[in-house]
Amino acid sequence: MSESNEFVRNVAEKKYEFGFTTDVHTEIIDKGLNEDVIRIISQKKGEPDWLLQFRLDAYRYWLTQQQPTWGHVTLPEIDYQAISYYADPTAKSKDSEKKEIDPELMKTFDKLGIPLEERLALSGTAVDAVMDSVSVKTTFKEKLSEKGIIFCSISEAVKEHPDLVKKYLGSVVPPKDNYFAALNSAVFSDGSFVYIPKNTRCPMELSTYFRINARNTGQFERTLIVCDEGSYVSYLEGCTAPMRDENQLHAAIVEIVIMDNSEVKYSTVQNWYPGDAEGKGGVLNLVTKRGDLRGVNSKLSWTQVETGSAITWKYPSCVLRGDNSQAEFYSVAVTNNHQEADTGTKMIHMGKNTRSTIISKGISAGKSQNSYRGLVRVTKNADGARNYSSCDSLLLGSECGAHTFPYMDIHNNTATIEHEATTSKINEDQLMYCNQRGISTEEAVGLIVNGYAKDVINKLPMEFAVEAQKLLSVSLEGTVG
Amino acid sequence: MKSEQQYIELYNEAGALIKQKSCPVMNAVRDEAFRVFEAKGFPSKKVERYKYTDVDAAFAPNYGISLNPIEIKAPQPCKEGDARKQYVFSLKNAPIDLAPYYNNVADKADALTALNTALVHDGLLIYVPKNECPADPIQIDNWLQGTAATMMNRRVLVILEQGAQATIIINDHAADKQRFLTTQVVEVVCKDNSHLDMYEIEETTPLCSRFSNVYIREGRDCSVKHNSITLFNGQTRNLCDVYLTGENSEVTLNGCVITDKNQRVDNNTLIDHQVSNCNSNELYKYVVDGQSVGAFAGKILVEKDAQKTTSQETNSNLCASSDARMFTQPMLEIYADDVKCAHGSTVGVMDETALFYMRQRGIPEDEARTLLKNAFMGQVIDQIQLRPLRDKLYVKVEKRFRGELDKCEDCRLCK
Repeated sequence: MSESNEFVRNVAEKKYEFGFTTDVHTEIIDKGLNEDVIRIISQKKGEPDWLLQFRLDAYRYWLTQQQPTWGHVTLPEIDYQAISYYADPTAKSKDSEKKEIDPELMKTFDKLGIPLEERLALSGTAVDAVMDSVSVKTTFKEKLSEKGIIFCSISEAVKEHPDLVKKYLGSVVPPKDNYFAALNSAVFSDGSFVYIPKNTRCPMELSTYFRINARNTGQFERTLIVCDEGSYVSYLEGCTAPMRDENQLHAAIVEIVIMDNSEVKYSTVQNWYPGDAEGKGGVLNLVTKRGDLRGVNSKLSWTQVETGSAITWKYPSCVLRGDNSQAEFYSVAVTNNHQEADTGTKMIHMGKNTRSTIISKGISAGKSQNSYRGLVRVTKNADGARNYSSCDSLLLGSECGAHTFPYMDIHNNTATIEHEATTSKINEDQLMYCNQRGISTEEAVGLIVNGYAKDVINKLPMEFAVEAQKLLSVSLEGTVG
Repeated sequence: MKSEQQYIELYNEAGALIKQKSCPVMNAVRDEAFRVFEAKGFPSKKVERYKYTDVDAAFAPNYGISLNPIEIKAPQPCKEGDARKQYVFSLKNAPIDLAPYYNNVADKADALTALNTALVHDGLLIYVPKNECPADPIQIDNWLQGTAATMMNRRVLVILEQGAQATIIINDHAADKQRFLTTQVVEVVCKDNSHLDMYEIEETTPLCSRFSNVYIREGRDCSVKHNSITLFNGQTRNLCDVYLTGENSEVTLNGCVITDKNQRVDNNTLIDHQVSNCNSNELYKYVVDGQSVGAFAGKILVEKDAQKTTSQETNSNLCASSDARMFTQPMLEIYADDVKCAHGSTVGVMDETALFYMRQRGIPEDEARTLLKNAFMGQVIDQIQLRPLRDKLYVKVEKRFRGELDKCEDCRLCK
């Protein structure tokens, strides 16, 4: 027994394996937030005037707002003046040779399992690697452009495809949407831009990898995906951060526009630094993600595996505007130690015969709090809307909490809406059965949890699914016994 | 001027008069309650528990309030020579000291409870001594009568001593076609091993607004059934909080709501499991028609030490017209791990195949729809244990669906 305890402790202690920092020359602008800082960011990125104005408008609106408090999370007082809003780890290389990437950065991404050299990459995945405020490299760009697909960082897109960016930026998540969206719209740095032209099936998975490295910075990336008529794309997002004692702010926006007959699959494996066992440090993950299903027969599928972050507060949403559009949301949220998560989705049914499915699995352990909060709204003209939601919570340990707050607002008499939720602990009979067959309790819990989360993990692309399964078991190490 | 201002002014002017007409137990907490109300004002829609009801607008009109109310008399036995024991008293003439109970079960921070506590001059006490059980159900009929728009503040305190049992029915009726605004606070104290079966039935008019807060505290080994039935109303906001403070207790909350026209019904419940081994069940069903709005928000809170809790919450709703709107929000907030909690919620349409089946057999469509609605509500009515009431409600619900209650809202035949 003592042996296994030691093993558990070892695993628990080295749990966050991406907690290293990269020693690379990083150009960081002074801390603080004001109009000058926004002008500097805009200037550094060589942005056109309309975008600067977009940022300033958002900033002025943000100033009039207060940080929201309604979530079931204890968000610490964030000192927005103590954060640096722009950190550029590629600054040095830019000065010397344009095309070279600092070998340190290459090493970092190698270590994270994200090779930036195309020959080493897993076949069929193009990566945009973003560290702090800057996109380090985007692979397979040329190959994709043969098909007319644009996959680049958003700063690059602003320069090279200003019409597209101007048309869609802020059209799904307007700058005044909420407090953190306004903040992001004011100071957003890099993120990915994807445009899939008409009748094109993207030949490979597109992926963005986000990494916070520099101290006292936040990451404010912005992702914009536009999928034109009759097209398909699968997009993956991954993220990690070093272990730091202070909280780091991550306030991103993801906007997805989907036209007639097209489909987008968006998968996230979120593994930001969750803070230590005492709840010190960790990333505050306050993200606005929304997809706008503008076209008829369009489809959007969100899949998320949330294991990291001290605080996760996000609701990837779908606006089902087009007739016959379909939306799906699959989520596994794991919280351990002092982590807190308040996450879920919003399904706004506006078109006729729209369908949505919500499958959410929460797992809470340690002293964590895990909440599902979701909204299903059927507007007056959304005839024949159909929704099915299922939210299950699993409790491991007597000091954690699992909560479910579904909201339904139905304004149409042809809608069929179903919601069900259960909360319980792991079935002791199942554990006993495994123990009898020589499987340790620790392993048995891993098996049962993986089985429990299978519905969601199965929806992830293959490479991600393997990673997610590993993450799930690592996140829960040390919770039994 | 915000609408709370007129109530603040009223209290400042008439507070002394209300106190004079009331009793020491009620006066002891009056000023404090008023200060809470003064500080908080009416809850806005941003307050989570009042999300679906515009309290400010409901209290904004100028209602008359009677500062010289009729004395509440102790109820007389129905028949002469009836030696049945008295269980119902007015708060002023209570046979026991009410200080430990009065305003101690209610949520003192709730603005509407505070307003009621500040303005109410007397109320009813239902007191069942140890190991006693009244032979008949206790029925309270609230008649709203008046020649002008009137506000009424009602207060009921129910105390069941150890091992006591009671069945209580509270009916709301409106006798005149006037605008009536009522606030009601019902506090229930169930001591160990007591059993309560409680029914609240509202049949008023579209001109009535009702704000009812029910607070129930259960000790060990208790069982409480609370049934809230809204058949006809204007605007209704029912809050029902249950605190399970002793082990092995159980609570069942049932609700039946039928609305049409511009009616609004908002039921907000909380079941607070404070200790282990308790069991709760909740079933609310709505049929919303016309341009009416229904809202249900039910929270099951399992506190840290409440292991071995089992809880089931169900909310099913039928939207019967394209303009009706339904909000539903079943919530679980759980801080203990050895629990089994589940909730389910549906909003749906009538089963087309069932309708088709009935029409094939010569049942006209309207009739078939009424049958289906009746069957839908049947699940809640079936749970009513008081046989005569259940039978009466079957008839009333059916009449309601046929629009017959509506037609005779002035006659008293069906009352």
